[in-house]
Amino acid sequence: MSRHTLSVLVENKSGVLARVSALFSRRGFNIESLAVGPTENPDLSRMTIVVDAESQPLEQITKQLNKLIEIIKIVELDGGAAVQRELLLVKVRAAMAERTQVLQTAELFRARVIDVNPDTVTLEATGTPDKLQALLAVLAPLGIKEMAQSGTVALGRGPRAMSGAGTLRPVERTA
Amino acid sequence: MTTSTNQAPDSEAATREAAAALTGVETTARSTAEAAAQPATGITGAQSLVRSLEAVGVDVVFGIPGGAILPLYDPLFDSLVHHVLVRHEQGAGHAATGYAQATGRVGVCMATSGPGATNLVTPLADAYMDSVPVVAITGQVPSGAIGTDAFQEADIRGITMPVTKHNFLVTDAAEIPQRIAEAFHLASTGRPGPVLVDVPKDVLQATTDFSWPPRMDLPGYKPTTRPHGKQVREAATLIAGASRPVLYVGGGVLKAGASEELAELAELTGAPVVTTLMARGAFPDSSPQHLGMPGMHGTVAAVTALQKADVLVALGARFDDRVTGELSSFAPDALVVHADIDPAEIGKNRKADVPIVGDAKETIAQLVEALRAEHAAGRTPDLAAWWEQLDDWRDRYPLGYDWPEDGTLSPQYVIERLGAIAGPDAIYTSGVGQHQMWAAQFIKYEKPGTWLNSGGLGTMGYAVPAAMGAKYGCPETTVWAIDGDGCFQMTNQELATCAIEGIPIKVAVINNGNLGMVRQWQTLFYEGRYSNTKLHARNADGTPKPVRIPDFVALAEALGCVGLRCESKDDVDAVIEKAMAITDAPVVIDFVVGADAQVWPMVAAGASNDAILAARDVRPVFGEGQV
Repeated sequence: MSRHTLSVLVENKSGVLARVSALFSRRGFNIESLAVGPTENPDLSRMTIVVDAESQPLEQITKQLNKLIEIIKIVELDGGAAVQRELLLVKVRAAMAERTQVLQTAELFRARVIDVNPDTVTLEATGTPDKLQALLAVLAPLGIKEMAQSGTVALGRGPRAMSGAGTLRPVERTA
Repeated sequence: MTTSTNQAPDSEAATREAAAALTGVETTARSTAEAAAQPATGITGAQSLVRSLEAVGVDVVFGIPGGAILPLYDPLFDSLVHHVLVRHEQGAGHAATGYAQATGRVGVCMATSGPGATNLVTPLADAYMDSVPVVAITGQVPSGAIGTDAFQEADIRGITMPVTKHNFLVTDAAEIPQRIAEAFHLASTGRPGPVLVDVPKDVLQATTDFSWPPRMDLPGYKPTTRPHGKQVREAATLIAGASRPVLYVGGGVLKAGASEELAELAELTGAPVVTTLMARGAFPDSSPQHLGMPGMHGTVAAVTALQKADVLVALGARFDDRVTGELSSFAPDALVVHADIDPAEIGKNRKADVPIVGDAKETIAQLVEALRAEHAAGRTPDLAAWWEQLDDWRDRYPLGYDWPEDGTLSPQYVIERLGAIAGPDAIYTSGVGQHQMWAAQFIKYEKPGTWLNSGGLGTMGYAVPAAMGAKYGCPETTVWAIDGDGCFQMTNQELATCAIEGIPIKVAVINNGNLGMVRQWQTLFYEGRYSNTKLHARNADGTPKPVRIPDFVALAEALGCVGLRCESKDDVDAVIEKAMAITDAPVVIDFVVGADAQVWPMVAAGASNDAILAARDVRPVFGEGQV
């Protein structure tokens, strides 16, 4: 299996997320993560979908997605040619004795402290999935009380965009 | 058609009547459309919806009213759009499908919220699998009640997402013309398919304005219809260099209306043609180039031609498992040209060596031009050896059947005679099972749009309502529903609709008292253990009781049809001719046939096409060294 990040521009209408997720489930495609949010154009939303697929099923995935009427464009964002980030919020046990260690770890990973109380510290970190995994590995021995992690969001590097002038090349609609 | 003579004509109705008067008694869909396209202000959402249907050219809607959709039925009462009141919403859906398949236009069905809408799910799934242009309009509970488990509430948009090309929930009456225009556009263009428009009751009751044509807003919908010239030329080169080509023709050729282009391509290439279950009629059975149907119950020649081909030219076909058998051993030596309007079909099941995305009509026309260029350059293949081989298979393993040893009537004979007597101008619909396969095998199709069946979904009960829709759309044509007794008992209630609405279809019930195809599999693969496939009345030991339940002749008569019965070979022609002579009422013939007739040839489910059996225990010899 291999990971692919698809950036999908969709019409900002009710039911689009249901269509996309239902398509993945009924065609037997695996979603690793999915993030939806607004774009610079209020009529459009961007879905960033990380899928686990061999190259042949990936082609089927993009072709089937392209058939959904409300999907405008799909671009595959390859590792090197794109920036990819996830957001992590993690609540760590941090009584006085461990507090310094937690704060040092946060600094090391450029995480920010966003909530503090006598027992715990909540950190906010962004980064690639690998970096966030590494942060969690260091925090784990201290005791993670709870965490929330977003799906990946991604943009292509360089001056080109998915819509407007100098656009990124869509995943082929034809064969 | 119903008219609104008993209604006080409002200004719109007056406009429409004036338009109707101008064009005479035979008001065409076009004149309706022109009259309806006039703008209007201060009308209801329901009126706007009816005007939209008129403007888009709808001449008939199949449906049943109910609470949530009631506001729509009021202006529909005055409309030139005729409404056929069916007996079950499933019938409405299949009637719309039959209408669409017979006429090439969009079929329309209508139902209320909740159970009305869910009863449309099967025909929508059916139309989706067979790519039939259908628009379903459903009433929905009022906007404020959505999500509250209100009476007769069902999330029909959510339910039908996987079985429609697209669907809409209309939230504002002002959107109605646009959504209807979009629904018809989506249903009928690109790869056709069903589209559902769900309209809450308060939206139907709201006051709105109407203007036509509306602006459509489908930024993500751009079907590719023009094939890529380079791909077409590559395909032509491949075909011109092939020594064992086969044209593998699917339903897309019928959808595109590309039969003439196909005939030209066939003539130019001299290649054998096979037509799938969805494509019967796309190429005349009388052509010596036609090897028949491929697939699980295809002819030995058609199945084997695909297996031994060096170039497969798939036109509007989708390499369905019923055609390929075990995919890994399907056509192992063939390079594949795959032309389809849906890019997702290309490479889905079988890798395409030359993919072509485009409308079949344009693609085949361009392929013909490109092949002419190949031929002009002196590249003309010699297919003599291939044809010698094909003819040998065809001669040694023709379609055929044995008469039942118990002296009962042969179902294949009945269907063969029906095809011969009703002829190639009639339209034939079928249910699903043995009778469907025999109807695909033993009726000779010569024209597009004359064979309608449920191919992809395999929906039992399709035949009668689909025949009703086809007959409504083609009133001058004889329409025969060939049905099994199992299928017939699922949807025969629409015969009442046919009788009352004056839609004189003809039904041949191939009555073997069993779920025949399942019984055949039980015979072949389950040691003859007939678990729950006997439909006939029976004694404790399973032997048939001499009582007819139901009595299909009496049932037909109860439903307002003429009921006939035939139990012997000698009566077959006479009873068919008698039915053909009745044109003012629906006719049902109960053909009582043997229970043990089987469909052959057969490739067992999941087996390789190489393992085709011409008949039980008869494995063809293909002369391996020759090709």
